[in-house]
Amino acid sequence: MSIITALWALGILALVFGAALGYAAIRFKVDADPLVEQIDEILPQTQCGQCGYPGCRPYAEAIANGDDINKCPPGGDTTIKKLADLMGVEAKPLDAAQTPAIKRVAYIREDECIGCTKCIQACPVDAIVGASKQMHTVIIDECTGCDLCVEPCPVDCIDMVPLASSIERWKWDLNAIPVKVLES
Amino acid sequence: MPTLFQQIQAGKVWDFHGGIHPPSRKERTNQKPVALLDIPDRLYIPLRQHIGVAGKVLVKVGDRVLKGQALTQADNAMAVPVHAPTSGMVLAIELHTSTHPSSLAEPTLVLAPDGMDEWRPRKPLDPEQVDIYTLLERIQESGISGMGGAGFPTHIKVNVKQPVDYLIINAVECEPYITADDMLMQERASDIIAGIEILVKLLSPKAVLIGIEDDKPIAAASLKAAIGQRDNYFVREVPTKYPSGGEKQLIQLLTNKEVPAGRRPLDIGIVMQNVGTAFAIAQAVLDDIPLIHRVVTVAGETLAQQQNVLALIGTPISDLLNACGFQAEPQQRIIVGGPMMGFAIADWSVPVVKTTNCVLAPTENELGAASEEMDCIRCGACADACPASLLPQQLLWYSKAHDQDKLAEYNLSDCIECGACAYVCPSEIPLVHYYRVAKAEIRETQREALKAEQAKARFDARTERLEREKQERLERNQQLAAQRVAQQQASGQASQSAAAVQQALARTQQQSDQPLDKAQIIAERERKKAEALAYQQQKQQAQTATPAENTAPGTAEDPRKAAIAAALARAKAKKQAEAQPEAIEQPAPAETAASDTPDMDAKKAAVAAAIARAKAKKQAEAQPEAIEQPAPAETAASDIPDVNAKKAAVAAAIARAKAKKQAEAQPEAVEQPAPAETASSDTADMDAKKAAVAAAIARAKAKKLAEQAEAQQQTEVKATTQQAPSAEPQEPVAPPEQDAKKAAIAAAIARAKAKKQQNSEPL
Repeated sequence: MSIITALWALGILALVFGAALGYAAIRFKVDADPLVEQIDEILPQTQCGQCGYPGCRPYAEAIANGDDINKCPPGGDTTIKKLADLMGVEAKPLDAAQTPAIKRVAYIREDECIGCTKCIQACPVDAIVGASKQMHTVIIDECTGCDLCVEPCPVDCIDMVPLASSIERWKWDLNAIPVKVLES
Repeated sequence: MPTLFQQIQAGKVWDFHGGIHPPSRKERTNQKPVALLDIPDRLYIPLRQHIGVAGKVLVKVGDRVLKGQALTQADNAMAVPVHAPTSGMVLAIELHTSTHPSSLAEPTLVLAPDGMDEWRPRKPLDPEQVDIYTLLERIQESGISGMGGAGFPTHIKVNVKQPVDYLIINAVECEPYITADDMLMQERASDIIAGIEILVKLLSPKAVLIGIEDDKPIAAASLKAAIGQRDNYFVREVPTKYPSGGEKQLIQLLTNKEVPAGRRPLDIGIVMQNVGTAFAIAQAVLDDIPLIHRVVTVAGETLAQQQNVLALIGTPISDLLNACGFQAEPQQRIIVGGPMMGFAIADWSVPVVKTTNCVLAPTENELGAASEEMDCIRCGACADACPASLLPQQLLWYSKAHDQDKLAEYNLSDCIECGACAYVCPSEIPLVHYYRVAKAEIRETQREALKAEQAKARFDARTERLEREKQERLERNQQLAAQRVAQQQASGQASQSAAAVQQALARTQQQSDQPLDKAQIIAERERKKAEALAYQQQKQQAQTATPAENTAPGTAEDPRKAAIAAALARAKAKKQAEAQPEAIEQPAPAETAASDTPDMDAKKAAVAAAIARAKAKKQAEAQPEAIEQPAPAETAASDIPDVNAKKAAVAAAIARAKAKKQAEAQPEAVEQPAPAETASSDTADMDAKKAAVAAAIARAKAKKLAEQAEAQQQTEVKATTQQAPSAEPQEPVAPPEQDAKKAAIAAAIARAKAKKQQNSEPL
């Protein structure tokens, strides 16, 4: 008799908790996959497509679904390290052979531009201004250096130039600084 | 228990954690009066000498400027102008090495003084008579930024909305060697007090605390004398210890308050100004002398006279040293700033700027150069010395590991880079330099993060916009379709519309675009093929007779062909209004015509260069037929020698665009431009197999061809391609599907070869 009581009690408890959990799953449902958001935060948002996906978010979704984490050349090793930490996998060396070590921005040789607007259509971040049959130019501050505008240009007037160093961006060079110690 | 204010009134001075006692070496310069220098030959005035943005340049090269005239204009709140330190001529506005550890070039105005030292009109203000906004404006217009070291614009720092308890005047000057503020106080104490009075008017604090180290008794005495009977002005002598002059350290010394991490002193009701800044404010307001000079300590044992000098802003450091009897020794180091926080400069022509308080030219014995860095032995001396109570060795580990999260956890941002830790380190580790690198990296990371955020926002906005446009287009199309249906229904009976459809069908059938059955399709194709071939032959004959003969619609035998050709011509004419029919059919001839024209000018040369580039790309990527383009060009050159440069440029651009397209197009399309130049233009039904053969032959020849092929070779190639179409009539007509497939394969092979060629010989 006592065993039946126990079974009943456990059964009812299971039903109650099951109902509570089921209700919570519906009531507090998370809309988007937060993992994708986290990965997207880490990616450098250049939207360059070098990973093979049309932008950073699609790649973030692909990583969340198990794609390799080492397909982002603009992010470099730092990004891979962060992604490895987040995903709990081993950090791998960068997949793509050539990594642009220095930050670059697109530069349009303006007297050669024919105003075809092809680069404007290619730019993922709308960093090129211009109109049909009018000269185009790049907003350097908005350019992510993704290279996507170089290929469509019919007259090859777009160069990727290294970003000039400035006093604000300068990093201290350890070797250039003499240590100064005063003797008493 | 007395309140804080009572304790301050009673003269209590507190202490801060850590600190060091390096030899001060101030006695060398603090007894001698401030020397005046001759006006140097050149003044290099950086356009930005403060934290913030540069103003707008007001003068241009060749202008004569008067002493005190503004050279830039403060066009926003974070900008302060720079002024001409003496009268003279603006020689240049160019890049010059900056007075910054990076030694990067920055925009600098070069002034050639004329020796007259002629002032602009000056308008002194009476601080009692004017409101604080006039005073703030005058402070900004006089170019005053913090003279202690950071160079923060003063008008922003003193324009406060919150109540201020204490105005602290920093007269500590704790770094070894430097006596610039000391001498200023000894000589101009009354002016400094006048400046402080202006600050008091702006800030209305409860009390003014002047912090001064106890190794400056003369300066302290002269300040006290200048203050006289003023209420709530307190001169507080603090014990000599480095770095008492740090903002947060001095606040702790004088008020026993600590500025919370990441906050400003203003948040706890304190504003601090340097004593030099107070003096500059007094000069700006009372005498209308903008910040055009400052006291600089010039010291070091390589100098005959170690002294303080009143240097004009922009004076090259080398002039300053030479005026003090400089005898450089081998591998001489010149340090701008003090020995603890200064930096060595490589280029001695860098100028004195608003924040330059000291120039050191030490001997090798006096200040040792960098010695070998050894491993950290975990002695903890650095933690004892740190005035900000940080853990320098932990910070060192994380700096070396580039661990930015840990660095933030250990409050790297609170490091004031005073160098006390490096001074006490028995392993002689340059700790501060590691922190500076780490700080720069953190700033860069933050900048990148911000940029990534912006890029993401822009990308999202763009994606959303494209999606919206697509949706709108779809809706519009649906609306139009619905309208058409409605119109059809409204127009009448079903039988009528059926009749209309029948009519339309008949029309299209006549145009042979929509044949009714298979037999008809084949028959129609045969007929079209025959027509096309006949047309081609006819055209080719015409071409061989007169190579550049006008392929006007009238010459075609078939009226329908003529109509198509006319339509084609019209469409092309729309694109290039002024071009001749030859130019329309043969863009390449037009471009080469321009380069062959005897009276070639500079613009044409540029066009030719562009053509060369286009050719290079073409050669690398395109089918070999592309090489043929220059060949007929030569023949066409004589026909249109007077083509003008603009036309040529337009044609060149089109040609470049075409060349690129060629690389990716179907073989039929690729073939099209080539016969177009040899005037066999209609290639709609051209045999692709034949074309592939021709392509192969041409490819073989193209390999021999250099970028600028010789005329003989070109003629050969041209002949080959001309043979190809002429041989066509004997060829059986292949099924169109097979044609297309073969063509695609040929194109793929050609593309692959072109790519290989490009890789093997980069142009």
